[in-house]
Amino acid sequence: MRAPGVAQVFAAQWPILVATLRRDLGDLDLAEDAAQEAFVEAAARWGPGTTPERPGAWLLTTARRRAIDRIRREQRFTQRLPALVEAAEGGHTPRPAGELVDDQLALIFGCCHPALDPASRVALTLREVCGLSTGQIAAGFLLSPATLGKRLVRAKAKIRTAGVPFAVPAREHLPARCAEVLRVIYLIFTEGHTSADGPALVRGDLCDEARWLAGLLAELLDRLPAVVSPHLGGGTESGTGPGAGAGSAAGSGRGSITGSPGIDHERAVALAETLGLQALMLLSDARRATRIDAHGGLVLLEDQDRTRWDRSLIAQGQATLTRALAIGHIGAYQVEAAIAALHATAPGWEQTDWRSIRGLYDQLRLLAPSDVVALNAAVATSMLEGPEAGLAEIEAIRQRGALADYRYLHAARADLLRRIGRREQAAEAYRRALELTTNPAERRFLDDRLASCTTPGP
Amino acid sequence: MKYMFLLYSATHAGPAEGSPEAAAEMQEWFAYTRAMAEAGILVAGDPLHPIESATTITTRDGATVTTDGPFAETKEVLGGYYIVDVPDLDAALAWGSKAPTARYGSVEVRPVVDLSTLGGAPD
Repeated sequence: MRAPGVAQVFAAQWPILVATLRRDLGDLDLAEDAAQEAFVEAAARWGPGTTPERPGAWLLTTARRRAIDRIRREQRFTQRLPALVEAAEGGHTPRPAGELVDDQLALIFGCCHPALDPASRVALTLREVCGLSTGQIAAGFLLSPATLGKRLVRAKAKIRTAGVPFAVPAREHLPARCAEVLRVIYLIFTEGHTSADGPALVRGDLCDEARWLAGLLAELLDRLPAVVSPHLGGGTESGTGPGAGAGSAAGSGRGSITGSPGIDHERAVALAETLGLQALMLLSDARRATRIDAHGGLVLLEDQDRTRWDRSLIAQGQATLTRALAIGHIGAYQVEAAIAALHATAPGWEQTDWRSIRGLYDQLRLLAPSDVVALNAAVATSMLEGPEAGLAEIEAIRQRGALADYRYLHAARADLLRRIGRREQAAEAYRRALELTTNPAERRFLDDRLASCTTPGP
Repeated sequence: MKYMFLLYSATHAGPAEGSPEAAAEMQEWFAYTRAMAEAGILVAGDPLHPIESATTITTRDGATVTTDGPFAETKEVLGGYYIVDVPDLDAALAWGSKAPTARYGSVEVRPVVDLSTLGGAPD
C-alpha cells in the first residue's frame, strides 16, 4: 500500500490534507471528498518529471478549489466560502508548523473519540488518517464494502450531530485520550497480525498501517508545543501560587520541558506509551515472515526460524523502546515491548531469558491486570520451572472461571499436558481449543497436535 | 451546541431517602447546578417526581389509552434532566460526568436539535 513515488507522496500528504481541509471546512465528509478529488486529479496529471515542486501546496490549493465548487453546487457551508476562496487564491503561503501538528492530531483524536463505537473508530482512522479506500478497509476486515460504507456514514453522522470535537484534547485528558488512540492502532495491528477468519494468518497491509500510524502519532506528540500543566503547578503559575516566596522558582521552571516534574507530564506519558506500542509492533512484525509455513500453517514462536527474523526491524524496535524508556513513564505497552525484545534477541526458545520475562509479566500484571497476562506469565513459568508449575498457574486461572472461551488458554494447557505425557487430557484440551478457533492456519496446527496425542504412542 | 443530560438510575440506587448521605447528595446537586449556572452554560434543569407518579398515554386509531406508571418495565428510570449550552461534546461530557447520578446510575448526553438550522422551521 505504501509504494514509492507518487504513491509515497500521497501517503505522506493525505492526513495533512484531510486535517487542514477539515479545519478549513469544519466538516469531515466535505474535507475527505475534496482531498479525494485533488488526489484523483494529481494521479491523472502527475508523472515522472511533472510532479510539482511542492506537492503538498498543489494538493491543498486544488482541494480547496474543489471544495469551493462543491459548496457552491450544494449550497452548504456557504458561510465558509469567503475564507476558503481567499485561501485558495492566496497562493502557497506555508502554514506554521505548529498548526500542521495541531490539525493532524485533531484529526487523529477526533477519529478515535471514545463517543464513537470501536469498530467505527478503526474504520474512520484507516479512511481519514491513512487514506485507505472503503474497499481496501473492507477487504482488510473481511467485510462487504457496503457494510463498511454504512459504518463510516453512521460515524460521520454522529460526529456532526453530537458535536464530536476534532481537537487536541485538554492536557489533563491527553494520556487517557492517547490510550484510546493506541487501542485503535493496536486493534488494526492485531487484525492484520492474526485475523479470526482470514484465509491467511497475517494480513501485512494492516500491520504496516498500524506501525505507520504509531510513528506519525509519536512524531506529532513529540512536536506538540509543551505547556505547563496548570493543575500540577509549574513555572508560569508559581508567581501567584503558594510557592511564590521561593523567588527564582518561576524562572527556573520555564526553560526545561521534560526535566521538571509537573511540566507537560501528560505529553511525556502519552509519548512514552506511543513509542512503546510502536516498539512492540516493530518487534512483533520482525517475525512476520516466519509465523506461517509454506502451506499457510501456523508456526509457534518456539519453532520459528530465527535466522529469518527481520534484524533491521528488531533494531528499530529496540531503539524505539530505548527512546520510550528514557522518558521515564513506564506503561503496559513498554513492558510488552520489552518482553517482545527479549524474545526477538534470544538465540533460541530454550535459551530465552525466561526469568526476566517472568519478571516483566509480573510488572505487567501490576500495570494492567488481566487474565490474558496471567496466562502468558504461566507460560513463562513453565519454561522457568517446568510444565507442572505452569499448569498449576493455568489451573488457578480456570478455577476463577476466567478465559473459559479463550482458545489460547486451552491450546497452552493442551501443550503443557502433552509435554508431561497426559495425552488424553491434552487431546481433550486441543478439542476445546479447536471448537473456539476459526482461523484456518491455527485450526490446521491444532488438528496436527491433536492427531499426535491420539495416535498410538511408542 | 445544546445538549440534554438525561439522568437515569435504578429506583433504589443511590443514597436512601432521609439518610445523611441523601442530604449530602442534595447539597452536591445544588453545588453542581450552581456551578453550571455560574459557568453560564445552564439552559434548564429539573428533577422529576418518582416513577410511581407517572402516567403513560398512547393514542392509536383515534383511541386514547391512559395507563398508570411507565410504558414499559425498565431497570433504570429517568429521574431528571439538564439542558446545557457548551462548545462541543467534550465540554458536555466533562460537565455530565460530574452529575452525582453518574456514580450509581448513568447520564445520557444527547444533542438537542437546533430548529433554527432546519429549513422551513418558523423563526
